[in-house]
Amino acid sequence: MIEVQNLKKTFGKNEVLKKINVTIKPQEVVVVIGPSGSGKSTFLRCINLLETITDGRVLIEGVDITDKKTDINKIRTEVGMVFQQFNLFPHKTVLQNIMLAPMKVRKISEEKARAKGVELLAKVGLADKADAYPDSLSGGQKQRVAIARALAMEPKIMLFDEPTSALDPEMVGEVLEVMKQLAKEGMTMVVVTHEMGFAREVGDRVLFMDGGVIVEENVPKELFERPKEERTQAFLSKVL
Amino acid sequence: MEIRWDILAEYAPFFAKGTLLTIGLSVVSIIIGCILGLFIGLGKMSKNKWIALPFNIYVTFFRGTPLLVQILLVHFGLVPLLLGETNGITAAITALSLNSAAYVSEIFRAGIQSIDKGQMEAARSLGMNHQQAMRLVILPQAFKRMIPPLGNEFIVLIKDTSLVAGIAVKELLYWGQALQGQYYRVWEPYLTAALIYLVITFSLSLLLSKLERRLTTE
Ligand SMILES: Nc1ncnc2c1ncn2[C@@H]1O[C@H](COP(=O)(O)OP(=O)(O)OP(=O)(O)O)[C@@H](O)[C@H]1O
Ligand SMILES: [Mg+2]
Repeated sequence: MIEVQNLKKTFGKNEVLKKINVTIKPQEVVVVIGPSGSGKSTFLRCINLLETITDGRVLIEGVDITDKKTDINKIRTEVGMVFQQFNLFPHKTVLQNIMLAPMKVRKISEEKARAKGVELLAKVGLADKADAYPDSLSGGQKQRVAIARALAMEPKIMLFDEPTSALDPEMVGEVLEVMKQLAKEGMTMVVVTHEMGFAREVGDRVLFMDGGVIVEENVPKELFERPKEERTQAFLSKVL
Repeated sequence: MEIRWDILAEYAPFFAKGTLLTIGLSVVSIIIGCILGLFIGLGKMSKNKWIALPFNIYVTFFRGTPLLVQILLVHFGLVPLLLGETNGITAAITALSLNSAAYVSEIFRAGIQSIDKGQMEAARSLGMNHQQAMRLVILPQAFKRMIPPLGNEFIVLIKDTSLVAGIAVKELLYWGQALQGQYYRVWEPYLTAALIYLVITFSLSLLLSKLERRLTTE
């Protein structure tokens, strides 16, 4: 579903990603962990071209997104993204946030977009917040709206960049719950997170990144209990 | 000092006409200035340095030279060059619009760049193209922030229209000068003109602060 081949990314002289190779299968939940600055966000952002790719290829359902002929906007409709800082549109209500892209990008009718929005809000447990503005929501509620907004485009893949890192601890659970549900429904997900419990419980595979490379990858149980690489062991001893 | 009310009464209709022209010039120029300014601001923000360059030169020129010099250049140079002969009102509107466009473009640029980068990224990640993201997400938020500085620019522009008296456009100050020329009186014409400018700019700033308050409580 996602094939990353020899992906390289540099900012000026700073080589942030060095030859990343990874294949993500449909319905797989891949969790990316690693120290700050290791390139996790950059890796995720390359998958939907929020960063330009310096070298290598990324294929999404067989389509090379680095090919100049590829319609990147179309690819992005297939790949939803959830940000650490939510990035809800503050000038629109919760429901309008969700309806906007389906109407303007997918060109579906307002009626259908509204029905879809209401359904998604119910799904993330915020049916009563449809007409509220984002500023009046708590962090956990904002993030659930952001997830609903991404889902409204009916993406085949969801990318999460530290979705719970900006939240107060008591709100982390409600967001993870929504993500778990999504995983259960078979969504293909790539999740950068520090929530090791989530990684263990929901992840099919964990990638440990450090210094712009994938140092080690394995099923969660193995990686957490029997890390092979020294760097992985050092990192895990600090966070677990 | 004694005020001669009789000559003020005589000139009242002219002051009224002049005030209307002052308001008209200001409104037309700020509208054209805003439209032009939006494009110049977008041009300045272009990632392509060669596209941005002419817009940068434009802004540097109009912000770095006196407005009176620009008015004279337009009146005696640009308008005759384009129309064959000059015309005070056309020259005034052109000069004022071009000048305010430079300032407005900076207001637009600052307003757009003040919007968090995450907004553009969120919009793009939902599949919107750059133009849609601008129109649906960035600009509506940026406009809100631009209202106070745009209001300021409008007030500056209203005061600046007085400079076109210099090319014989019959706005407010022109009639003040005419009165002085006819009766050799100084206080009556200029205090009257000053008072009228003050009433216009003060009411506008009241209106603006009301609008601002409404936008922030929304
Ligand atoms: N736009 C940019 N311009 C220049 N350097 C950047 C940019 N974005 C990221 N970097 C650099 O790339 C490196 C990797 O950053 P990245 O954000 O991918 O790390 P991360 O693993 O997500 O870290 P964190 O856990 O702190 O979010 C860092 O050294 C960072 O300074
Ligand atoms: Mg990051």
